Amino acid sequence: MSRAEADKADASRAGVSRADVCVVACAEAFRGDGEILAAGIGGAVTVLGARLARLTFEPDLITHDGNCLLTGDVPALGGRPEVVEGWLPFRDHLWLVLNGRRHVMLGASQMDRYGNSNISCIGDWRRPRAQLLGVRGAPGNTRCDPTSYWIPRHSPKVFVPRVDMVSGLGTDRGAYDLRRVVTNLAVLDFRTPDGSMRLASVHPGVSVAEVVEATGFELRVGDDVPETRGPTPEEARVLEEVLDPRGARHKEVAG
Amino acid sequence: MTKVMSVADVAASVESGMTVGIGGWGSRRKPMALVRGLLDTPVRDLTLVSYGGPDVGMLCAAGKVRRVVAPFVTLDSIPLEPHFRRARQNGTIEFTEYDEGMFMFGLLAAAHRLPFLPTRAGLGSDVMRVNPGLRTVRSPYEDGEELVAVPALTMDVALVHLNRADRRGNAQYLGPDPFLDDLYAKAAGRCYVSCERLVDTADLLKEGPVQSLLISRSMVAGVVEAPGGAGFTACEPDYGRDEDEQRRYASTPWEDYREQG
Repeated sequence: MSRAEADKADASRAGVSRADVCVVACAEAFRGDGEILAAGIGGAVTVLGARLARLTFEPDLITHDGNCLLTGDVPALGGRPEVVEGWLPFRDHLWLVLNGRRHVMLGASQMDRYGNSNISCIGDWRRPRAQLLGVRGAPGNTRCDPTSYWIPRHSPKVFVPRVDMVSGLGTDRGAYDLRRVVTNLAVLDFRTPDGSMRLASVHPGVSVAEVVEATGFELRVGDDVPETRGPTPEEARVLEEVLDPRGARHKEVAG
Repeated sequence: MTKVMSVADVAASVESGMTVGIGGWGSRRKPMALVRGLLDTPVRDLTLVSYGGPDVGMLCAAGKVRRVVAPFVTLDSIPLEPHFRRARQNGTIEFTEYDEGMFMFGLLAAAHRLPFLPTRAGLGSDVMRVNPGLRTVRSPYEDGEELVAVPALTMDVALVHLNRADRRGNAQYLGPDPFLDDLYAKAAGRCYVSCERLVDTADLLKEGPVQSLLISRSMVAGVVEAPGGAGFTACEPDYGRDEDEQRRYASTPWEDYREQG
């Protein structure tokens, strides 16, 4: 058994928490990214994912403090950095989006089977039933940068046949590179011939049927869907002792 | 020459139907004293250009707004702005919804006196659908790429709040992020700066490096000393966001909030 396999077996025996699985799945989105900005959109899980990747298997990643400091060290969630290695005010963040040396993990209120996402409004745009944030940077992010998503509540209300306002681009509208969608139930990607959404893995304790049931469009499902990996002992330690000793991640993950 | 004015002077100079740019970002360093000044005037039918926060919310709630041009309106720690939401859901305002990067290119175009600037941000999204007036341009070079031609976000008046300014309008930020405040100043016919504290020109560099001198007096029509003038939004390092006060704003019916002051 390889070291990685042994770690996996250990984690599985220990009965890992769903939140830890989600953070690791978010961290995995950044694997291989190298010296680019890993931008979590906020909250606990995406930010922890980027920082965990940097502290373990992707050490060249650049991470920020949630405002405009690029941190030289990797502080705990909500903590201040002791070392600052760079400055990225909003104007430069907007430059970086066009430059492309950035991988962002966004949220979405709605998403369709090609990964078109909506954070703008629900209902008819002209007079919405619910005004949400507005498109923010999602159009430019998805057109110019690798993009992943974190969806804390996988449900047919989020995964819909058609989104009301395309904020982030799907694979059928010219997305630059949609990497993966991590939810509280599963990891989804777009590695299919037509770029539609595929069930890449289910989290431990979740069935394929459960994911299909919670998705409001036809999901590509292979014959043998793997299980999402849990944290290695080292990843579990970093999460628990270094990055999130207060356990904020557990409050953000349903199920 | 001094350009020192009062909040009421600035508010009185804004006319109905004008386009007003408002600096800051979300619920950060918003010129709230100047915005509240506008609430006390009969002005209406404004077009607001803003990375929107409670500035947009308050002016919508007070019935001052015809159109909002923005990529978002948020209170940051409270994601959805209640009064902007209501105005959109009741259909009482028009909305020009842009991507954040498109919006900056609109400011840059206006600041440089260009009719537009091209960008990829926005292409393929419903921003193009809901703004049928947006045009694209094709690169005249070999690549031939099609890009969005973001029109200049030219404005009649800009309102910004900075940490320090002198009496002639040189203005300085001391927090970590300048936001796009200098671009608003350059994009506007007239820019009014409110500040936490007026200082002598000779004292400007006592608190920050020369790079913190964000706005030159040649871009500024008037200066207002307004301590706490960004509150309840954040104005680092002078003060952070007043979260209690923001919660009260977001949870109180507008008429009651106005009465309570």
